Amino acid sequence: MAMLEVTNLSISFGGLRAVDDFNITIKEGELYGLIGPNGAGKTTVFNLLTGVYKPNEGHVVLDGKDITGKRIIDINRTGIARTFQNIRLFKDLTVQENVMVGLHNQITYPTLAGIFKLPSYRKAEKEMRERSMELLEVFGLQEEANTLASNLPYGKQRKLEIARAMATNPKLLLLDEPAAGMNPNETIELMETIRFVRDHFKMTILLIEHDMKLVSGICENLTVLNFGHVLCQGETKEVLNNPEVIKAYLGE
Amino acid sequence: MSFLTYIINGISLGSVYAIIALGYSMVYGIAKMLNFAHGDVIMVGAFVVYSMTSKMGLNPLLAIVCAMVFCTLLGMAIEKVAYKPLRNATSSLAVLITAIGVSYFLQNIALIIFGSDPKAFTSVVTMEPIKLAGGELTISGEAVVTILTCIVIMVGLTLFINKTKAGQAMLAVSEDKGAAALMGINVNGTIALTFAIGSALAAIAGVLLCSAYPSISPYTGAMPGIKAFVAAVFGGIGSIPGALIGGILLGLIEILSKAYISSQLSDAIVFAVLIVVLLVRPTGILGKQIQEKV
Amino acid sequence: MKKLKMKEDTKNLLITYGIVIGAYIIMEIMMALGLVSYQIQGLLVPLCYYVVLAVSLNLTVGILGELSLGHAGFACVGVFSGTVFSICMQDVITVGWVRLVIAIIIGAVCAGIIGFLIGLPVLRLKGDYLAIVTLAFCEIIKNVVNVIYLGKDSAGIHFSMTDTASLGLAEDGMVIIKGPQGVTGMTKDANFTIGIILILITLFVVLNLIKSRDGRAIMAIRDNLIAAESVGINITKYKLMAFSISAALAGAAGAFYGHNFSTLNASTNNLGYNMSILILVFVVLGGIGNIRGSIIAAVILTLIPELLREFSEYRLLIYSIILIGMMLFNWSPKAQEWKAVMKERFLKKRKNEKEVQ
Repeated sequence: MAMLEVTNLSISFGGLRAVDDFNITIKEGELYGLIGPNGAGKTTVFNLLTGVYKPNEGHVVLDGKDITGKRIIDINRTGIARTFQNIRLFKDLTVQENVMVGLHNQITYPTLAGIFKLPSYRKAEKEMRERSMELLEVFGLQEEANTLASNLPYGKQRKLEIARAMATNPKLLLLDEPAAGMNPNETIELMETIRFVRDHFKMTILLIEHDMKLVSGICENLTVLNFGHVLCQGETKEVLNNPEVIKAYLGE
Repeated sequence: MSFLTYIINGISLGSVYAIIALGYSMVYGIAKMLNFAHGDVIMVGAFVVYSMTSKMGLNPLLAIVCAMVFCTLLGMAIEKVAYKPLRNATSSLAVLITAIGVSYFLQNIALIIFGSDPKAFTSVVTMEPIKLAGGELTISGEAVVTILTCIVIMVGLTLFINKTKAGQAMLAVSEDKGAAALMGINVNGTIALTFAIGSALAAIAGVLLCSAYPSISPYTGAMPGIKAFVAAVFGGIGSIPGALIGGILLGLIEILSKAYISSQLSDAIVFAVLIVVLLVRPTGILGKQIQEKV
Repeated sequence: MKKLKMKEDTKNLLITYGIVIGAYIIMEIMMALGLVSYQIQGLLVPLCYYVVLAVSLNLTVGILGELSLGHAGFACVGVFSGTVFSICMQDVITVGWVRLVIAIIIGAVCAGIIGFLIGLPVLRLKGDYLAIVTLAFCEIIKNVVNVIYLGKDSAGIHFSMTDTASLGLAEDGMVIIKGPQGVTGMTKDANFTIGIILILITLFVVLNLIKSRDGRAIMAIRDNLIAAESVGINITKYKLMAFSISAALAGAAGAFYGHNFSTLNASTNNLGYNMSILILVFVVLGGIGNIRGSIIAAVILTLIPELLREFSEYRLLIYSIILIGMMLFNWSPKAQEWKAVMKERFLKKRKNEKEVQ
């Protein structure tokens, strides 16, 4: 069964059609890559899927539910979580608190219970701390739980973003250039983590990436975007050997 | 006919606001700070003229020039001592509070020198009122001079910014300080120049304001300062035509609501209109909409 | 590691409450011994008012991260709603402190509602634009209460916006609000003890809110609005929550402050723009987001002009110079560098001394 089904998705800014007639189908548990040259519209696709932009045309269906044009928070609650190309952490909160914010809609209690520290507050907070700690362990961040997010080294900041997104209990995880700025060792470690997240949580993952080693290493299927159009779609190996794709990347 | 008189008075008061708003707007555009001491520079300028004309009996024109020079130096000194060290501070609130400190400082200096009770300010305008429609419509000399001065300043400043190198440098610095510095523009000098021009304009505004409403006290500048700030936001902060439109609109709304609705509520009405404008256009009438990139 | 962090948080909380309670006990002892001048005694209720305003404004400025220049407007709502209630109920509720407590609650509720109504449209504005709109609302509130005339007689409450005569009061009637002259006829029920309790309640609400799920959501919005939205946080709801709680606490402070006078009018200095700015100064000097700092800054900056009283006319001038100096010293990057260097030297010296030992 398809986890994400996108049909004829289009958006224009002024006269420019930034994404034109975009179609994609991602199966449950799949690790899917979205690649393409700079400015091809990859992040715009993410912004359309997560509700930052409203599409001019087309439909987005997540796990059988039509989420086209819904608000960002509703889309998150339906089951899409994301990371950002330019890291967006809550920099003055601790690492653990960042993940606890991600758990915001998973574990709840009334405002007044928080102000008066009622038993429901204590119970929920304890659960939040435990759940967030489990997630931090998955990403190897447990040692830094009480560090301010802004004091983390770059690679760990990227991991924390994924942990925070995972805390919202998504069905589909969108990763926007998770390996950007990482050295080769860190990238290999990240690949392991992504694969682990998929296997351990049975997660469906769509990722944007420029690092071809990472893409060919973990993605099962690929879509190549060029000037807002889908250039090519299919299994990773075939796509990467497609002469059209090579031309788009290397120029003529 | 009284309606026309109100309109003219409104435009005249609005012109003063526009001149003050220009100073606010330019400084905001370039230093990205709300210079709360700007209103008090108006007061200083007016006090310089007051001392020189009423106390020493000097020529008003000479006094105005002196006031402009004095305020220019004052503005540059304030920028250098109080604002420049905080330009790269981690919180933009720091410089805002410092500006408030400077505002208290100027008010209290004036308080110590001149005392708190309002003084009578002799108008510097000697022009006879213009009588139209057989004497039914009178336009005061102050109104004519104020409106003309405002027009001259607007045209002059627009030309300065668009035609001179220093003006272009101002635009560049307000757009992107870092890039401007890389292009070889003297950022510190440009910011100092902006404060200098803004403060000189404040001196002129102070004289015009105190001529039209002939009294002066250490707190004279505070309320017009806030209103001019509102005018700048109204029109779109950082924009010269915006300051003009904002100032004139504010003056008109204030005078008309004083005349037809309630003199006590006129300020409330001015602020209510501001809120409505900002809700419809969140960056003012001529302000640029900026969207954060995700 | 986790345990340690938790303990640290609790310790911090206890220090903050401890400072307030300690200051209260010391002050009470000194007053009993007759060591406190009449001027300072008269300052205690306003001081509590400033502290509550500063702590509540820090919720908006430091925790929510939005600049408000109109905090005194909410205090103004609290003053008028609270005192009007007290005056009307003078014959019904005869115990002064009970009346005051109810008045404080009413002040808080009214200001909270006004805060909610104002916040609903304006909280989508950003940065300095939001600041100017809050300033505008504060001025509007001040102007509007200055044209209200309110009286009561056996027939009930009378309201007018022109003058006292148009109220048409019966002979036994009394005027409660006299336009620009403000509200008259309160009993002076406010005292230092109630003020301290109000401070403690304010601290309790703000500090516990920060440590809860909602507080984290508010701080997440401050740190990165787009990311907060992407993890499903309702931006409008939490912005409004922080803003209305902040307004309600200011309203409570206002209702309390109003009961310190027999007559009080809304001027720029006590319930208008100048007061808003004064409170903001406390917040910024005490440290944005630092609740304990707000309390300390409010106390010190209120006492400085009093201690400078012998310099009479120069005192506000000195105050302004101190203010500018403190800002430059606290915030300029150069001063911060210098402080870091000095700290390092100090630590090195101590280390050397230890090695010698």
